Amino acid sequence: MSTVLNAKVPDGELRDKWDNYKADAKLVNPNNKRKFKVIVVGTGLAGASAAATLAELGYQVDAFTFHDSARRAHSIAAQGGINAAKNYQGDGDSINRLFVDTIKGGDFRSRESNVHRLAQVSVDIIDQMVAQGVPFAREYGGMLDNRSFGGAQVSRTFYARGQTGQQLLLGAYQQLSRQVGLGGVRLFNRTELVDIVVIDGRCSGIVVRDLLTGEITSHAAHAVVMATGGYGNVFFLSTNAMNCNVTAAWRAHRRGAMFANPCYTQIHPTCIPQSDESQSKLTLMSESLRNDGRVWVPKNADDSRSAEQIPESERDYYLERLYPSYGNLAPRDISSRAAKRLVDKGHGVGPLKNGVNLDFSAAIARLGRDVVEERYGNLFQMYERIAGEDPYKTPMRIYPATHYTMGGLWVDYELGTTVPGLYAAGEANFSDHGANRLGASALMQGLADGYFVLPYTISNGLAPLLNKPVPTTDHPAFVQAETEARERFNGYLNIKGTRSPDWFHRELGKIIWDYCGMERTQQGLEKALSELPALYSEFKKDLRVTGTGESINQTLEKAGRVDDFFQLGMLMCRDALDREESCGAHFRSEYQTDDGEALRNDEEFCHVSAYKWTGDPMAAELNKEQLVYETAHLATRSYK
Amino acid sequence: MNQLTNLKLKVWRQAGPETKGHFESYTVDKVSDEASFLEMLDQLNERLISEGKEAIVFDHDCREGICGTCSLMINGRAHGPQRATTTCQLHMRTFKSGDEIVIEPWRAAAFPIIKDLMVDRASFDRIVEAGGFITAPTGGAPDANLILVPKPVADAAMDSAACIGCGACVAACPNGAANLFTGAKISHLNVLPQGQSERYKRAEAMVHAMDDQFGSCTNHGECSAACPKEISLDVIAMMNSDFRKSKSKNRKALSRG
Repeated sequence: MSTVLNAKVPDGELRDKWDNYKADAKLVNPNNKRKFKVIVVGTGLAGASAAATLAELGYQVDAFTFHDSARRAHSIAAQGGINAAKNYQGDGDSINRLFVDTIKGGDFRSRESNVHRLAQVSVDIIDQMVAQGVPFAREYGGMLDNRSFGGAQVSRTFYARGQTGQQLLLGAYQQLSRQVGLGGVRLFNRTELVDIVVIDGRCSGIVVRDLLTGEITSHAAHAVVMATGGYGNVFFLSTNAMNCNVTAAWRAHRRGAMFANPCYTQIHPTCIPQSDESQSKLTLMSESLRNDGRVWVPKNADDSRSAEQIPESERDYYLERLYPSYGNLAPRDISSRAAKRLVDKGHGVGPLKNGVNLDFSAAIARLGRDVVEERYGNLFQMYERIAGEDPYKTPMRIYPATHYTMGGLWVDYELGTTVPGLYAAGEANFSDHGANRLGASALMQGLADGYFVLPYTISNGLAPLLNKPVPTTDHPAFVQAETEARERFNGYLNIKGTRSPDWFHRELGKIIWDYCGMERTQQGLEKALSELPALYSEFKKDLRVTGTGESINQTLEKAGRVDDFFQLGMLMCRDALDREESCGAHFRSEYQTDDGEALRNDEEFCHVSAYKWTGDPMAAELNKEQLVYETAHLATRSYK
Repeated sequence: MNQLTNLKLKVWRQAGPETKGHFESYTVDKVSDEASFLEMLDQLNERLISEGKEAIVFDHDCREGICGTCSLMINGRAHGPQRATTTCQLHMRTFKSGDEIVIEPWRAAAFPIIKDLMVDRASFDRIVEAGGFITAPTGGAPDANLILVPKPVADAAMDSAACIGCGACVAACPNGAANLFTGAKISHLNVLPQGQSERYKRAEAMVHAMDDQFGSCTNHGECSAACPKEISLDVIAMMNSDFRKSKSKNRKALSRG
């Protein structure tokens, strides 16, 4: 049995759809908005911008974050920039070009209407953030500066040094804080979502756990927004912050929200290679570095000389060689695989031969050290802190690492999940990036969803509910969800086995990385699907959580998150196995062209795979949303 | 890659906000010099769990020096011995075998201890809520290039905006003052053309929210020395100047700029 997925795409020409939608959407009168309560879970770019905007409009907003402050959300770590089709450089950009670049970058696996809307509202985001005082980089005349990013031939990326995510998040956080001060938003910090509650087919609220006291409570609302980020930490080692997790999205999935394209996980080409076994996370070096850095490896695999001693003629600038028109700015999936192949062939550099060079000597000679320092100074400093080498003198060593997840909760055009009243925004949804996200587009999507999409679509959803009673937290469904949550957390404490949650997480990550990482095969995925359930049942028998559930207990928090990562991991591998093609970041070795590029199968797989919970992640029900391209032309990507 | 051996840690353990805390000694027999300081603590925690003991609680998240979640007084210094470096970016290569390392939480009345090494920094959020923003409701903004910001002004705003809100400035201050944090946000917004409409009101509201919760500044400068983002003491001068003007400028004067 499968469900028909209705994406609710409005009628009309692609460029008119969003205007048509807004013209037809139902509104809630300003005096009635205060009668509605909206819960926003997560305070990153999507969550903070949505909460602030909804409160400005007059809705009662409750915002939840597991961080100590809304300003800590992982959006803060984005470095390079944010795209917008402003065409301030007069270099041929337009809404249509950003739309086409994003569709093509996503390897024709995203929904046209959503992507086009994203490109349309991108220009409003820059206006909004500048008005809030985000200190974007400027030209001497005072106008905004831009740079270029992978997968684009125009300069449409706005940036604030190497801290663009930080500055945008602080902008949204400040706007949210203003509303907290005014009483428009009630903010619950150090509070983690542990379940959502669905009554009569509609999302009626959430169940949360106070991380400081372990207390489990319920919150009812007319609508709930999940802005809870991605699930890259399923790999254990990733560039995600340590506390990023899939729990909120996964708990929503278990209550009926379909999970789409879980196997689309992005590997970022420029991260600092792993230095030893005990490493807890990987650090990203912004893709913007590829504007001025040249990627190379020694032509001779056994070359053990230091980078400066290798003459030009013995260096292989492989991205420039393989992809002359995009060169060092080839998209992320393509650059990552090229690096992996050369390292696998033994051309890697560094003590463990597990990286490639990103060399700035040509840029320093051309532009001078001052200009390079101004553009990338803080990134160079960060690299030096971690690697202990000076990138002004020796090339950086980089290698791909898990960074972003395109998959997520399935949403329709209104960003509504398959559970009415439950919305998903930002990285938590699947909608805009297809099988591969372009650089500087995550910040754009998070802010687009929170500022310029949800405020319209939520009012359309709430208007018909005016003056109708909604369930309160004494409803048996809330009481039962609370009881289940208490039992689940007590359960982790009562196993009293021998292995910590981190131990299981590391083992889980190894399986996922080995078999569902940069390159996947049928054989490998089948192996993963046989090993995962065994490890998961070990987790349920042999987990050890010390301490109690009555005061802050980070080991217990971790146990809950690893539990959900296990289930997600199984669904990911299953999805990767089902998708018998290569597209974007999903690369199945069986499906590649003669020169090793991804080989799509549009006949059979031009669809979104959306899974419905059945009680067993290995046996989730697969539903398909067919992708129809009316404007963009289905074509094989070429960056040559 | 080298191994450090025989590190002697003295770690502050405190079961809850109202409980009396104490130093607990641990020996770390072996750790790679490539490990970060927090990875060293991770390994210690794994050992504690394997011994059936409760792990040491400490705040951390991005481990890239940008989220501002991590803290720790290491040998009496906020974020440890390395200049312009957060605890999460501190690596064990900074230490040597046999070192004694004392690890404490931030020490400040406005940051009460939650448990072990974790403190409550909500007082910072209260300062921002009081005025650390530009009122710009979603939707009404003019085209971004209509607001020209001279490059030196944008750069100066960015220098102040780099603050990560970690609280090292307060922890390092003998008075537990938050002037560097508050001054950084005021300087970020008050130098920009977009920030002018609320300039003096902002300075006034934020300084009052700060004074309600934190100690007073006596110009020691420890804050700037401890700041992982090297925020300059100049921001405090700008805050003081704008705060003073906020008390004398009436509406008529404001309208004349």
